[in-house]
Formats: sequence, structure tokens, C-alpha cells
Amino acid sequence: MTRKKLDALYPLDEKQPEKLLSRSGRPFAALSFEAVADGTLDQGEFAITAKALHLQAEVARAAGRESVARNFERAAELVDIPQETVMEIYEWLRPGRLASEAALREKADFLRREYGAERIAAMLEEAAAVYERRGLFRPRY
Amino acid sequence: MRDPRSVNRWRRFDLWDERPLRLDKFALEDAANGFSAMAGPNDPAPSLTVADGRVVEMDGVAAADFDMLDAFIASHHLDLAVAPEAMAVDSAAFARDLVDIGVPRAKLVRLARGMTPAKLAEIVGMLSTVEITFAQAKLRARRQPGNQAHVTNAKDCPLQLAADSAIAALLGFNEVETTLRVAKNCWAAALGCAVGAAVGSGDALFQCSIEEAEELRIGMAGFTSYAETVSVYGTEQSFVDGDDTPWSKAFLVAAYASRGIKMRTTSGAGSELLMGFHSGKSMLYLEARCLCAERGMGVQGVQNGGIDGAPLAHSVPGGGREIIGENLLAALLDLECASGNDARMSESEIRVGAKIMPTLMAGTDLVTSGFGAIQRYDNSFGASLYNGEEIEDFLALQRDYLVEGGLRSIEPGEAWAVRARAVGAISAVLEELQLASVTPIMRESVVAASGSDETETFSLGEVGRISDAIKDRGVTGIDAVKALLRRGFEPEARNLYGMLKRRVSGDYLQTAATIRNGRVVSAINDPNEYRGPGTGYVMSPERRAEISRFRDAAGRAEILAQEGALQREEQRRYLLTERGAAAAGTDPQEVVIALSPAWNLALFKTTGNHPLSAVLRALMEGIEAGGGKPRLVRVRHSADTSFLALTAARLAGSGFGIGIQAKGTAVLHQRDRLPHMNLELFSMAPMVTLDQYRALGRNAARYAAGERPEPVRVPYEGESLGSRFYVRTAILYGIETAAIDPNAPPVELEARYL
Repeated sequence: MTRKKLDALYPLDEKQPEKLLSRSGRPFAALSFEAVADGTLDQGEFAITAKALHLQAEVARAAGRESVARNFERAAELVDIPQETVMEIYEWLRPGRLASEAALREKADFLRREYGAERIAAMLEEAAAVYERRGLFRPRY
Repeated sequence: MRDPRSVNRWRRFDLWDERPLRLDKFALEDAANGFSAMAGPNDPAPSLTVADGRVVEMDGVAAADFDMLDAFIASHHLDLAVAPEAMAVDSAAFARDLVDIGVPRAKLVRLARGMTPAKLAEIVGMLSTVEITFAQAKLRARRQPGNQAHVTNAKDCPLQLAADSAIAALLGFNEVETTLRVAKNCWAAALGCAVGAAVGSGDALFQCSIEEAEELRIGMAGFTSYAETVSVYGTEQSFVDGDDTPWSKAFLVAAYASRGIKMRTTSGAGSELLMGFHSGKSMLYLEARCLCAERGMGVQGVQNGGIDGAPLAHSVPGGGREIIGENLLAALLDLECASGNDARMSESEIRVGAKIMPTLMAGTDLVTSGFGAIQRYDNSFGASLYNGEEIEDFLALQRDYLVEGGLRSIEPGEAWAVRARAVGAISAVLEELQLASVTPIMRESVVAASGSDETETFSLGEVGRISDAIKDRGVTGIDAVKALLRRGFEPEARNLYGMLKRRVSGDYLQTAATIRNGRVVSAINDPNEYRGPGTGYVMSPERRAEISRFRDAAGRAEILAQEGALQREEQRRYLLTERGAAAAGTDPQEVVIALSPAWNLALFKTTGNHPLSAVLRALMEGIEAGGGKPRLVRVRHSADTSFLALTAARLAGSGFGIGIQAKGTAVLHQRDRLPHMNLELFSMAPMVTLDQYRALGRNAARYAAGERPEPVRVPYEGESLGSRFYVRTAILYGIETAAIDPNAPPVELEARYL
């Protein structure tokens, strides 16, 4: 890991702004204060993209933080998943919410199929096996 | 009062019983029942068996028996590429490397990725408190330490939240965290804090601690920029009772990143014990499990170090050491560490003062994860270790040791200006978005208020309606930016916009990210590379000057200016006229008073705040009341009280004299005594009353008459006189000694009162 390499990459908004896009595909430079003031941009434009998260994963990996990089890659898969679904997945993963390993695996298949969320799906499948073994599908209410 | 003879109990214990410390409860060490700080007898020995690229055993547990934490740690924390090497390292040797400036952080952090919780806990358990502190300075992720504020109030008032967030930013806090008395008020609070934090530099990150789903929604609406109340526990049962698993938390970590919101998880000693599932293990071992799991989740950092369990950790021997040991483990695992110091762990101010020292000395990424920037009663998290009342105490600690605690002192004028600006800004937004109208009385009361008891503002119910409207109408950060701009708050609009734009790049999602001067500064572009003296974080001259500034700090110029004003008053009270060289007297009733060189020339008031004219009059009246005749001289060759007094005694016909310095120190002396064997001494000048000066004069006259009077006693209640008076004393005495002429003989003085 070299300081020099990291300095060339990060912060993205200074070092590689040309690679950043708004949610609807506007260049980073177009996200100006003036464009906010004249009503061109709404809140939705000010959201991170999967691309930016992959770039951040690259930075984290270069700094020797593999686990942080993997999280950014999982996050990239969630960017386009609607908020309600994100909160629903969180709920599925809480103890005692789903009744069985099979139910959690079905959800994983759904995420893989609908959103191509391979890493998130793998996470659910891994959880399913542990939850089954540790009795965490027992209803809590 | 109890008859002391009735009980054979030393009454010092009664005194101790009344000390605030006695409100703290201390627990017996009892590892089986969870009351063990570190290196508990039931903690497992470190071990790891890897076969075919899989963990088959860890810390004495076979993979088939792994609970969910073990399973998560084995698959997500342990880096099997380094684990065999890391587990083979001698723990004592590694502990030494932690405090060896010759061993770089990067080497230690790499090996830690391959260490099990028991291994990590064993290593930290070998370090003393000072070694842990030193290792923390070396292992902190980001070079420059920072700090976080709690900003809440008992009325959930968004106007006050805005004003207090602006103050927090002015004080230098990198982060502002709020929470609510009434949960549904969170949207109004988020708007208030976000707008307030945008006053000034606009560098403060902001979070609203509330139920996870709602917190994420508020973040997506653009009001908050980070989150941290995502709790992790060190036993399976407490994790489940916390209604989560490592996988659900890991998912949440990813969810926040996917919305461009910085986050850290929370763990800390005592939480498992409070939740009833401690498994008989030490607090440090359980926290090592938490931290390994947290690293495995891929979160950039943690808030740890006791947190809500800090008072419980401090109930057992070594609790304070355990807490900083936790912080060190977080740093060793390459995580941002917001090092607790939030829940007030004691009613003893001494324990509170001591508690901050290791983390403040070492510096952590955020020295506290919740310094109450508001008054204690307004802290909706419960009292912090340090609160609004104690901000200047903390500033004094920073200044005493010249350590980086992230804060700066503020002056009344700038505080008023940012509060007025913040209240103006949030009022404008509320009105512009037709959420509420704010009356001038509300505004004025909030700007001036130290706490919510002093505000005239919205009721909790009205805040609830504002909050509902923000949520229901889908008001966003961009709406607030536009409202600010329309109402002439352009700098604040730009700052709020800047914070929104930052989430597009996600630069502040990296480890230990904070904003300084409008730029993201994190462990990536500001890594801690401490390698011994002069390396790592070195305070800039500008920052040193900033930390040195203290409200009402006085120097020679300030003291001389005060004396100048007093001179005019004294000139209206009496005249002292010189009448040539002083000769020895012969009248046996005569008592000489020797005044110091600068008396009434450069100095006009004692440290006890008495005008010198009044002190001199009291001495003379006392001498007369005792049947003596006062005579005045000025001594110019010395300012030392012993020699002033001895000179006076030798000039006096009676052989008794009083020497007095302008700062008020007085000595009663006799002609034939050794210089420092005086008859009476008023050494605590700040405490001496005019009546006591009068009594000293009377005693001098009675000595002259051949009596043996009772010495005058100056009552003393144990005040810290040095801290209160030495600055002034040293400056005054410096002026006094500068007026000395070693060759000038004493001169006769005549006093005429006007």
C-alpha cells in the first residue's frame, strides 16, 4: 500500500471527479449550488451511485482494508433497491422474523434474481445456515 | 450531631459519607457473575485451527459448536492469509511491539487481522494503563484527533437545537449527535440541527439517533450525514435480545453506505452484563468479540469504550483500564474509534476528570462520542461525562497539557452572533416552508438561553406537528437550502448544499472521515504515522495559540490597566507625602508601619481587594486603639515582608513595627529578632479583612506596651489560594520588586485622608 497511490485516488471529489455522476447521470461538476438554487436539481440527485461505491472500495482495498471494501461492494448492490425493500431485508435478517432457513434462502434467490445482488444474497444464505443451526428462526413475538 | 462517644467510628467516615463519590456504587470482583474487567478466569485461551482453508476451531470452540458471533468472526474477521502467523506470535512480544516506536502501526494492524478475540484480549491484558494510553497514540487511525457533541434539549425545540448546534460547531466539534424526548419529533430536530450546524464553517457532520428505519429515512432526506447507534453485543443471547444478529447489523452497515451516509457501530463493556447474558467472561474479552465482529461487518469504525455501560465497568477493579483497552483494540483492528467518554460514569468530579485523561492524552479519532454541548438537564441521552457546564474545564485540560481535544474557547460576542444567526436561519426555513411561525419573543429567548428552562418556545405537541409536516410533505435538505437562500442565508445554504454534495462521492464513508475547512480528512489522506517524538500529530503554532487562548486570561498589561483605574480612586481618598529620610524614633509608644516600594505609586489594591488607603487606615486605627502611636515610612531597598517589618521595628521607638506589601501581605516584627522569626504574619493576603489588619495594629501597640496579645487568626477554609490569586500576586509582586532601589534609605511618610 502506498501513500502515493492513495493520494492519486482520494478524495474522489478532488482527484477523480470526472468519474463521479449524479443519480440521473449528470456529471459531478453539474451538481452546482446555482443548479440547486434555480430548481434544476432535487434531493434525489444527491445520492451515491454504485460506481462511486466501487471506487471507494478500490480506495479502501488499496489502504489494506479488505473488509471495508467488501462492505462498499455490498452497498453498491443496494443502491438501486428501493428503501422499503432495504428495510424489509433488514427485517428478514433480524432474529425470529422468518420461520425457516428455506424462507431466508428464498429471499436470497429473490434478491439475486430481481436485483443481481449476488453478495447480499450470499450473505442471507450464510445467515440462513447459522440461524438454522443456532435456533434463530424461533419466533420472538 | 451524633455524640462522638456513642459509636466507635472515626468521624472522618461521616465526612466521607457525604462526598459525591459515595453515591457511586462499587462492585466486588466476581468473574462468574460477570463482574470482571479483563483477563477473567473464564476467558478462553487463544487458539485457532485452520484446515483446508476453513476455521475448524477458535478459542477452544469447535466450529460445529460456534455460536453466531464465533461463526461470523471466523468467516468475516479472520484473515486466514495472516492468521497462522498472527496466532503464532508470542503475545508478550506483540504487547511489547504495541509500545515500541520502532514497530510501525501498519505491521501491528496487519497481524491483528489474523488474531482471535481471545488472542487480542490476552495481548491488551498484558499492558498497563500508561502502556495502553501510549499504544493508542500510536495506533489511532487518523492523525488528528477530533471530538463529538451531544445537542439535545428537554423541549425538543428545533430553534434551540439550531442555536446549540451552531455553538457546537463554533466550539470545534467535528460531529453533532441529537436525540429526542418524544421520538416523533425527530424530523423537526433533524432540520433544526442540520440548519444550525451549517452556521459558520459548515464542517460538522450531524446524526439523529432514533429507530433504525426512521434514522435511515431522515438520512435519505438529506438532513443527517452519519449514524452510530447501531449496537453490537459480545454474547449471542444479548445480541438476540438486542433484536439483531451480526448479519442483520452487517446488512445495516451496507444499507447506510448505499445511501451515502457515514456510520459506525456501537459496543462496549457492561452491555452484556446489563442485559443479563454475560456468559461469565470478562468485559474486555466480550468486547474483543464485538470488535472482531464489527471489523468483519466492514464498518469503518466504532463507538466503544463502555458507552452506556461505562458506570458498570467503573464499578469493578481495573474498569477504567479495561475501557481504554477496548479503545486500543478498536484502533488495533484499524477501526475509527469514537472513544466513549459519553455517559457520566461517576458523581465524583475527580473520577470524571481522571476518566478523560488517557483518551485525551493519547488522542483518539473522536475523544468523546458525546460531549454534552448543552446543560446536563437538557441532555436527552442522559448526562455526559462532560457537559455544557464543564466545557471550559475541558478547555483548561487541553491547555494545561497542550493536547488535542478538538475544542476551542469561545467569546461572548461570537457565541451571541452564531446563536442569533442560527435561530434566524431556522426561523426563516420554518416560515419559508410554512411549517411554523416564530415570534420575536421565541427567538430572543432561545438566543439568550443557556438551557431550555429559559426558553419561551414551541410546546412538545407543536414540535410534533412541525415534525409530522416535514415528514408528511417530504421536505428535504434541498428544500432547506432553497429556503435559506430565499431568505438571505446564503452562507448557510452553501454549507448545507456542500454536505449534500459530499454524499455523491462518498469520500466521507472511508475510515475515520471528518470534514476540516471544507475538505474530507480521513485515515486515507491523513493517516496516523506516529513513530516517536516529533512525528504523528504535531500541533501547529496556530492551533497551539488557539488552545492557549482562554476567556479572561490576564497578563501584566491587563493588571496594570486595572491598577491605573484604581489610582484615580485612591487619589481622591488620601495623600501620602514624603518628608525626608526616616530616622530612628525614641517614643516607647511608637509603632512604625513600613510600606513597600510600589505602595500607592504603582499599586493601589491588595489581593484581598482592599484599597491600600483603607488597609493603612485600619492598621493606624488599630495601633491607636491599642494605645500606640503610628508612624509611617516607605522602604525602598526591599519588598520582602520580613525585611520591611524588621526595618520598621528598628526605626520604631517601641522596637515593634509592621511591614506590609501592596498585595496585602503583612508581618509584625520586633527589633532584635532574626529576620524570619517574626511575631505575626498574614501570609494569606487574599483572605485578610480590614478588621484583621486593625487587630494586627492593635497587637503591635500592645506588644509595645509590654503585653503578650493573642495572635490574630485569619480563618481559612481550604481555598485554593494559589489558583485564585497567584497570577495577580506574581504580577503585582513583579511590579513591586521593579520599584526597589537597593541603595535608597527609608523615607518618612505623612498620610492625609481626604
